[in-house]
Amino acid sequence: MIPPQVSQWGGDPLSMVFQMVFTLIFVVFIFYGQRIQMYVMLKEVEGSLLRLKYIKEEGRKTAIETIKELGKPATDPTARVDQFLEYITILPESMDPAGIVWKLEHILDVQETRFKDEVKLMAPSADPVQINNLENTLEAALVLNIIYKIIRHFYMLGKKTLSLYIIMQIQMVLPLIMREAEAYASALKAFTYGQPIGDGAGQLVVAKMMYGHEKRKVEKDYVATTIQIEGRTTHILKAEGPGGNVGKPGEAIKQTIEENDGKIASIIIIDAAQKLEGEKPGEVAEGIGVAIGGPGVDQFKVEEELVKYKIPINAVVIKEDVGDAVSPMRKEVFDAVDVAIDRVKRVIMEKTKEGDTVIVAGIGNSIGIGQ
Amino acid sequence: MSESSETTKETSAPVRRISSYIFAVILITLILSLVALYFAIDAWNKPEQQANATLLLVIGFIGLGLSTYMLFQTRRRVMRLSFEILPVMTTITCQKCGFKNVREFERGDYIFKEAGPCPKCDEKLLVSAIYREVPEKPKKEMF
Repeated sequence: MIPPQVSQWGGDPLSMVFQMVFTLIFVVFIFYGQRIQMYVMLKEVEGSLLRLKYIKEEGRKTAIETIKELGKPATDPTARVDQFLEYITILPESMDPAGIVWKLEHILDVQETRFKDEVKLMAPSADPVQINNLENTLEAALVLNIIYKIIRHFYMLGKKTLSLYIIMQIQMVLPLIMREAEAYASALKAFTYGQPIGDGAGQLVVAKMMYGHEKRKVEKDYVATTIQIEGRTTHILKAEGPGGNVGKPGEAIKQTIEENDGKIASIIIIDAAQKLEGEKPGEVAEGIGVAIGGPGVDQFKVEEELVKYKIPINAVVIKEDVGDAVSPMRKEVFDAVDVAIDRVKRVIMEKTKEGDTVIVAGIGNSIGIGQ
Repeated sequence: MSESSETTKETSAPVRRISSYIFAVILITLILSLVALYFAIDAWNKPEQQANATLLLVIGFIGLGLSTYMLFQTRRRVMRLSFEILPVMTTITCQKCGFKNVREFERGDYIFKEAGPCPKCDEKLLVSAIYREVPEKPKKEMF
């Protein structure tokens, strides 16, 4: 079929065709290389965006179905859920940072009240535990909606302007964003069913320590119990469960310190902490400092009290992946709870003496964890 | 279907059509590869075209491999839209006799929830653990 004749370029026709194809590819890549790279990146972002859209829609559907199931509303809650998913929170102006913590706290308080009121309106038959869980479910759906919209914004902006740098910056952070989105997708199920999540590791530690003892309510959405550990009076603080609730640990610790006139020998805070790649989930580490995440209001409040009364602060953390923090609790993290309890007891023994008063506070979401 | 088993299944993916552009590229590559293979077989019988036949054979197989790989890639992307939700287990234990029961999570379970009387000693049962097991993939870590 292919005649072995010699072409005018000195080779056979097949070699000539190959040479022409390679030359063409070379020229195309010289002039359009960047554009091709951009289209490849756009396609990659498009694929992830499609997946994000699917996850977001699943989140919305889950939220609506759960509200219908638990809340038994008289009317269809779909429109109200859609409205909820578009909520925005404007953080306080920080040009003059003095007093910003209190402004931020106020905004967050208003947001929480607003969210709770909305959930109560959407799900009138839900009990307080279910309201907390529904609020968490809607918040997870809200986060997924925001992630989707931001990625879509950059994708469309990149497509419109054909700017390599807009597309490149979103393509580079996309793997991390996708991990977070997938974590929130599994969080949705956890919140819907009221399963304990990885973030609740600190709460589980204190729950195990306070189980079987008499509890009293303290500020805000926290419960406390007082026990004796080797002659040390230990006040244990936990966010009230089993509903999805993080409470205000700053307020609870402050109240306990004030009740004891600042005579606290040590405060031990237990929280879940983000592990680095290579570290095993469920590793327990200890150190010093106020291990309270979130917007920083509670950490600030505790630090103010520490300085005022010169109280030593210790932290025990259980390490886990960012995805595990909002997903149902892993077995490794669950097993680490007993190790963390031993560490807390050891810190109490080593850093305080008999007759001292100690505060042990659990931080995190108490969903699925009673006391 | 119970609520617990609902949590364990993989979420279904929406039906997604393969882009017509990608499909055209795959089809053209596939056709060209088959043509190259046909020419290769044809040239193989002619002693003076043995070199061409080898070249065409290589091109044909590479093209065939590439188009199959592209087809599998697009299929994989469609499948990756879904995400797996691992089963969550609830452990119920008796504080007195140590009776232990592990079952799938059911809505309403929470840690330290009382779960009825113990079938062995009639003492109250307690939900002592709720967790999900993540299957570890064996991998060689250098660090």
